[in-house]
Amino acid sequence: MIALFSLGLIAAASDPSERLPDPAQEDRARHLFQQIRCVVCQNESIDDSEAGLAHDLRGIIRDQVRAGRSDAEIRRFLVARYGQFILLRPSFSAENAALWLLPFAVLAAGGVYLVLRARGPRPPETPLSARESEALAALVGPEEPPVQPEGERHGFAPTALQEKRDEDQTGL
Amino acid sequence: MIAELGAFSLILALVLSAAQTALAAAGRITGSEPLRRAAEGAAAAVFLAVGGAFAALTTGFVTSDFSILYVAANSHTDKPLIYKIAGVWGGHEGSLLLWCLALTGYGAAVALTGERLPRGLKGLTLMSQGVLALLFIGFAVFASNPFLRLASPPVEGRSLNPLLQDPALAIHPPFLYAGYVGLSIPFSLAIAALIEGRVDAAWARWVRPWALAAWSLLTVGITLGSFWAYYELGWGGWWFWDPVENASFMPWLAATALLHSSIVTEKRGALTGWTVFLALLAFSFSMLGAFLVRSGVLTSVHAFAVDPQRGVILLAILGLAAGAGFALFAWRAPRFAPGGVFAPISREASLVLNNLFLATVAVAVLMGTLYPLVVEAVTGKTISVGPAYYGIVFVPIMAAALLVLPAGPLLSWKRGDLSGVLQRLAAAGGIGLASALGAYLLSDPKHALSALGVGLGAWVVAGALSEVVERGRIGRSSFVETARRLAALPTGAWGMTLAHIGLGLFVMGAAYETAWKLEAADILAPGGDLRIGQYRLTLDHLESVQGPNFTADRTVIRVTRHRRLVCDAEPERRFYPANRQSTTKVALCFEGLSDLYVVAGDTRPAANGQPGQLIRAYWNPWVRFIFLGPVLMALGGLVSLSDRRLRLAAGRRAAAVVQGARA
Repeated sequence: MIALFSLGLIAAASDPSERLPDPAQEDRARHLFQQIRCVVCQNESIDDSEAGLAHDLRGIIRDQVRAGRSDAEIRRFLVARYGQFILLRPSFSAENAALWLLPFAVLAAGGVYLVLRARGPRPPETPLSARESEALAALVGPEEPPVQPEGERHGFAPTALQEKRDEDQTGL
Repeated sequence: MIAELGAFSLILALVLSAAQTALAAAGRITGSEPLRRAAEGAAAAVFLAVGGAFAALTTGFVTSDFSILYVAANSHTDKPLIYKIAGVWGGHEGSLLLWCLALTGYGAAVALTGERLPRGLKGLTLMSQGVLALLFIGFAVFASNPFLRLASPPVEGRSLNPLLQDPALAIHPPFLYAGYVGLSIPFSLAIAALIEGRVDAAWARWVRPWALAAWSLLTVGITLGSFWAYYELGWGGWWFWDPVENASFMPWLAATALLHSSIVTEKRGALTGWTVFLALLAFSFSMLGAFLVRSGVLTSVHAFAVDPQRGVILLAILGLAAGAGFALFAWRAPRFAPGGVFAPISREASLVLNNLFLATVAVAVLMGTLYPLVVEAVTGKTISVGPAYYGIVFVPIMAAALLVLPAGPLLSWKRGDLSGVLQRLAAAGGIGLASALGAYLLSDPKHALSALGVGLGAWVVAGALSEVVERGRIGRSSFVETARRLAALPTGAWGMTLAHIGLGLFVMGAAYETAWKLEAADILAPGGDLRIGQYRLTLDHLESVQGPNFTADRTVIRVTRHRRLVCDAEPERRFYPANRQSTTKVALCFEGLSDLYVVAGDTRPAANGQPGQLIRAYWNPWVRFIFLGPVLMALGGLVSLSDRRLRLAAGRRAAAVVQGARA
């Protein structure tokens, strides 16, 4: 789609003038920045944005990291101030249960359906009718040389005809 | 004058699409051959009429006719010609016209090339395409007309957003739209099959080439968009799980699932209902994407030409078309005859598993995109769903899909032998494990999960190659025999191999780049330097540059590695006076599979008090795989598409043989 990007300003690699002296603390702060939304921007983390608010938030978070507050404490502080909207990673809460669980529920339901289906009655092998065999023979041609029966290792030996068909049916 | 011709052409197209729908329906009811033919003619005529409107708008842009509101809003006399033309689809009205052009183009293609399509199916497909054309062209004529005149034309236009003035983005929308709208043909074929009440292998065979073509174009379109974001947005990211990106990713996932399930329907007559459902879903996702992007209900890093009122109309079109499709499905699909049976371990079962994974991740992307809207509507609270959500939900499910992927093509139809397949994949498994271990041990810092990702990608690549080795009996037969076998492989098999290799390379690149990219930033005065990995960046000098419609401050940076010059990076900060807007132009140094990515920031005093500039640099290792992988996938789609004609022709010959045998 046509995308008009409104902010031509960028941050990401942290501004040297903002950095904390302790590399471990700076690392923690950067990690937090990536999970915090720049609430006035379009859809960016404060790590990526050069907007004034992002700058201010980075400052606040760096101060709190330096003061020794934990990641969870800092997140709680930000949520109290700006609401859940500021967390780029939505919380695991009852409200967000469908968000987090639905994909896995779909996967599980689909998996269970497939397993039940597989456990159902074994598919009967219907032999080809005389007319079908005739048509197939006409398709493949009577003088088709027998192909090395690869299937012997599989515990069943496909006829040359079957293998030919398998080869024809390769692919996307 | 040209605007009136365009507007007339567009209205003509609207009337003709109504005629196409009516004629196709009448032809169906009366069984009259002339009416059917007339519907086909109308489908071609609609395309010509929309083409005329499109040409008129393009002329307006090329001649800078600012009496046309849309041209005045999106063009400027100083713009290079390519961006004048790209301006046609640079805004809302023009991109809708491009959508209509693609839609009617596909309709005309079915009308003109569908010689072998059963007449009933063809007529109903054209009828459904006619309804879609009626809806979208009607939208263009009544609510989004690009030919509106200005009473007092301005001397100069407002120009296109400078960020859109970029070669990759100029061609990105045509590819993307051709992909989005290409999915309308599987949609219409599904509607036709539901009305006919019959879905069989022949139907799947008809869907596949259209789905393949649309999927390949969509793949290229998304990749171009991602590449644009990578070097234009300026922080080295290439995918942000942004709603606009998700809007294009959902139809892609559905189309990918459709490609795989239609194989089962075509070869074995099974999964008929599911394949029809996916055909409906893929284009419904396309329309949902158009709605999400145009209506502005979601905030996006790609802010777009937003118009809530038009969003409502798009929502109505989506509801009408998708609603009718799925209602028809609910009514008719239960009557479909069950198809061929297959064992739990078989090629069919592996493709079913593929579809389960793809459907699940499509649900995840849909939830991530729409859940904030739902929560806000229900509780009034706002939440954000950022990349972390997809890392937790999307990535593991996709990883499971990649883990089982290489086994699928090696399993035989109906009943496969898993232990035999696993034996044949032993080498690929070894390569995958060795890659994961190597990535873990040789890289610093250690990232176990990313190393596993690299291994998984290598497993997919090696698995795809194993399949070729297996089919060609490379190393187990004489050279001549191997060559004979490989030459006899259908091109569809090669297409699949290419696409799977592309996917594996993409995964390797994505895992590697995400974990081991480096970044550095510092304020440099001339002569100052910045180290990143093994590279040293030295700021040489600054210069001013005059572009065709911008002025730029260019920073020339010498990049050396072990004292040897690698490249001169020349990032720019551009100012476009027409838009009064500044942008940054990233400098990329291609280093094999990797990029050194340099951005010039604002000017400020350096540590020694001299005037300096903030320089940011990124080392993006293996990033080439991220963009080349999808290109290979699209290429695989095209290779596979070339097989279709051959196989269809072979099918006809075979049919002739059967008839000959019966006679």
